[in-house]
Amino acid sequence: MSETEPIPPATAPHLDEVAASVERRRAERAARARVSAVLAPTGVVVGLMILWEVGTRAFGVPVFLLPPPSAIVAAIAKHWWLLAVASGVTTLEIVLGFALSIAVGIPLALMIFLWPPFARAVLPLLVSSQAMPKVAVAPLLLVWFGFGLVPKVLIAFLIAFFPVVINTAVGLAAIEPEKIHLARSMGLGAWDTFFKIRLPDALPAIFAGLKISITLAVVGAVVGEFVGGDAGLGYLLMVANGSMDTQLLFAGIVCLTILGVALYLVVELTERLVIPRHIIASERAAGGTF
Amino acid sequence: MTAIAPDPIPPPYLHLHGLTKVYASRDGAVRALDQVSVSGAHGAFISIVGPSGCGKSTLMMIAAGLMPASSGVVAIEGARVDGPRTDIGIVFQSPVLLEWRTALGNVMLQAEAKRLDRTSAEGRARALLAAVGLAGFEDKYPHELSGGMRQRVSLCRALIHDPPQLLMDEPFGALDALTRDQLVLDLQRICHERRVSVLFITHSVAEAVFLSDQVVVMTPRPGRIDRLIDIDLPRPRTLAMRDTPEFSRYCREILDLFLARGVLREP
Repeated sequence: MSETEPIPPATAPHLDEVAASVERRRAERAARARVSAVLAPTGVVVGLMILWEVGTRAFGVPVFLLPPPSAIVAAIAKHWWLLAVASGVTTLEIVLGFALSIAVGIPLALMIFLWPPFARAVLPLLVSSQAMPKVAVAPLLLVWFGFGLVPKVLIAFLIAFFPVVINTAVGLAAIEPEKIHLARSMGLGAWDTFFKIRLPDALPAIFAGLKISITLAVVGAVVGEFVGGDAGLGYLLMVANGSMDTQLLFAGIVCLTILGVALYLVVELTERLVIPRHIIASERAAGGTF
Repeated sequence: MTAIAPDPIPPPYLHLHGLTKVYASRDGAVRALDQVSVSGAHGAFISIVGPSGCGKSTLMMIAAGLMPASSGVVAIEGARVDGPRTDIGIVFQSPVLLEWRTALGNVMLQAEAKRLDRTSAEGRARALLAAVGLAGFEDKYPHELSGGMRQRVSLCRALIHDPPQLLMDEPFGALDALTRDQLVLDLQRICHERRVSVLFITHSVAEAVFLSDQVVVMTPRPGRIDRLIDIDLPRPRTLAMRDTPEFSRYCREILDLFLARGVLREP
């Protein structure tokens, strides 16, 4: 006789119960992950702010060197109208520069994709235009277009359009050849093949380019304002720097950061609307598995 | 398409005549196919077996009109093919589904390309999906389906417009053995019900013998026809038939050819 008691089969849980408990645990894990995805970064930011605040006060760091967060918030509250107007100007420059990047970049990419001789002729010029520092061209644009909106939009465009062109051209070319064979064997015309198969296939790559482009457009607009601005956040930063108003300088940087993140999120939101979520999710999953 | 020559006896449904293909490449010309001729009657199931690189896929691309032959003729019912054939259905080794369309949407792409009536085509698409065991999966996206299910969707897409011929390039090559067996049985049933001719390319000797009326055995590169073997087994064929001496004899014949050509080597 063995010492161990045989396990009575009646106490074994039914498969449905096991499945339900597994599903419950999965839901709990997912909920915890969602909460921590918000709490963890918030905690880090708040922690750093407290450290900053306490550090500047404890060591008596002068305000013109490094103002504590409370002083920056106070500066934002005090100059909110100034900051709002400047943000409006800069936003307009960024959005116009980005729009121009799309309006020029996508047709250019189409021509590069559709017409190989054009690609061979234009690509070297395009690549070398990227090697050239755009900041160096900014004064020239001022000479040509004056101090208004136009040169800032052009600088933003010059910096931002390259990723749109390259990602679109590469995305369009990167389709599996079988998809094109399939389209031809189905008798799908050139127009339908492009709009039903090739373009949707390239959308993830195009949006990756747009997301890089929007962050670069922010840089371009600020560079333009640095070089020859009379309005906008970049100009405000220069003025604050000139008068040693470090609080206002930080306030401007905060506004620029918020602006950049907000515009990036707008592009990402558009991506989610254009490309259904499950495609993005499946691509992430495929990318993460291997 | 233009008629080649008037012929007193009706021409075979599919006629590949003297197909030769040489690719230009940086390392010199690559001879892929050398004088390959195959013909098949309406409803015939023809398999092409051979080692990798024997030009099987090239042959399929030429038969589909997607690639021109260097010389030779592809004719359908006596009419010469000189462009992509849009009447047929193609199944590739990978399912080639559009990730942003559901299973039903992928099948319907063929109907959209052919400008078929939407409502009746959708009814047929649902019936086809159900016939290959995908009822209830119509609204799933490709990434939610298993490899076998995706290949079934691909098969439905190739059949929605009732094509007279299917071209299949190692369609079950990437699937596990059980799924493969099931799909082979499904394919046999569908081909029988719809009287569709098939040109089937495979690595698997057993699959070729099981499905085919005629097996075309190819040599290594450049691909030539080594032997045409008519498979005289009753239909419908069952899995148990694979253990019969007749079935084994056919497989043995093909394997012996591979051994003789050095495709396979026994120690």
